[in-house]
Amino acid sequence: MTRRSSFAAGARDTLPMVIGAAPFGVIFGTLVAAGPLAAWQGQLMSLSVYAGSSQFIALGLVAGHAGLAVIWLTTLIVNLRHALYAATLLPHVAHLPARWRWTLGFFLTDETFAVMAGYYARHPRAPLGHWYFLGSCLSMYANWQVWTLVGLLFGAAFPQLQSLGLDFAMVATFIAIVVPQLANLPNFAAAVAAGAVAYLGQDVPYKLGLMAAVVAGVAVGMALQRWRSGGLEAGRRGEEAA
Amino acid sequence: MTGTVLTNTIMILGMAAVTVFVKAALFVLGDRVVFPPLLKQALGFVPVTVLTAIIVPMILSPNGEGLELTWRNPQLVGALAAVLVCVVTGKQLLTIAVALGVFFAWQLGVLA
Repeated sequence: MTRRSSFAAGARDTLPMVIGAAPFGVIFGTLVAAGPLAAWQGQLMSLSVYAGSSQFIALGLVAGHAGLAVIWLTTLIVNLRHALYAATLLPHVAHLPARWRWTLGFFLTDETFAVMAGYYARHPRAPLGHWYFLGSCLSMYANWQVWTLVGLLFGAAFPQLQSLGLDFAMVATFIAIVVPQLANLPNFAAAVAAGAVAYLGQDVPYKLGLMAAVVAGVAVGMALQRWRSGGLEAGRRGEEAA
Repeated sequence: MTGTVLTNTIMILGMAAVTVFVKAALFVLGDRVVFPPLLKQALGFVPVTVLTAIIVPMILSPNGEGLELTWRNPQLVGALAAVLVCVVTGKQLLTIAVALGVFFAWQLGVLA
């Protein structure tokens, strides 16, 4: 195994993720072209922020005239899951020089995390694992840039898309992400609570209704999860007693 | 640069700074940080709540003028189609394709 072959293997094993992300890059670019941001700002967002869901959410917030603080806070909250990914992968990168850790951290995404979690499970002590990691990162990154650009050009070529209400593409995308997660009761209740508070609070200034909705949803979800695990423990204690 | 363009550029660069910090901080700081379990649990609910909170008002009152629970609301009809396809098939891209198809057909065909 050389650096080059490890890098290539990482890029190759990420291919399914790359194909899956491509349409979202196009949709993102098209939405930028139909919205208030300049085209180069859409590409700048893909190049510098590089976190799909928060990029979509920011477009929604800009269209809704949210303030900078709300957008940054939402970005922070939405992307906090990456800190969990980093915590999980940390034992495998902690020995690397700082420039490697900054680089791999910048490029970390849901998709690369999925690939790397699988890789380190199979090869816990691979000495060139960081080259595999980098291969996965760069193929995802290049892919996201190319498809963002395609979406931007496509959206610019068909400006009448704007009047058709293309932001519905974002609604459809979010539904496709959320619905599969609703199969468990705490998630379902969290989503219902968040949706209800968001609807009732949509006219509250600075998008504070959105923040209130997230807080309410998380609280309801955690309360239900706690109540359920409490119920299970009580049940187990009951069985042991019997 | 006009004021809006500048503001939006600052917005994007701020988003980038926040995101890079969140992604890279643990890698760079190493083992010196510990996540409380309660925070981990709360973070698990964030995606589902944020995404839902953003789209529900867009679906139920797309014009910002009160509840539109009617067949003449293409966002509502398209969203119902999306939920149905997603529950039945579990396929993301199919869900998006069918939802967009229904939405545009409703807007351009049924309501036009």
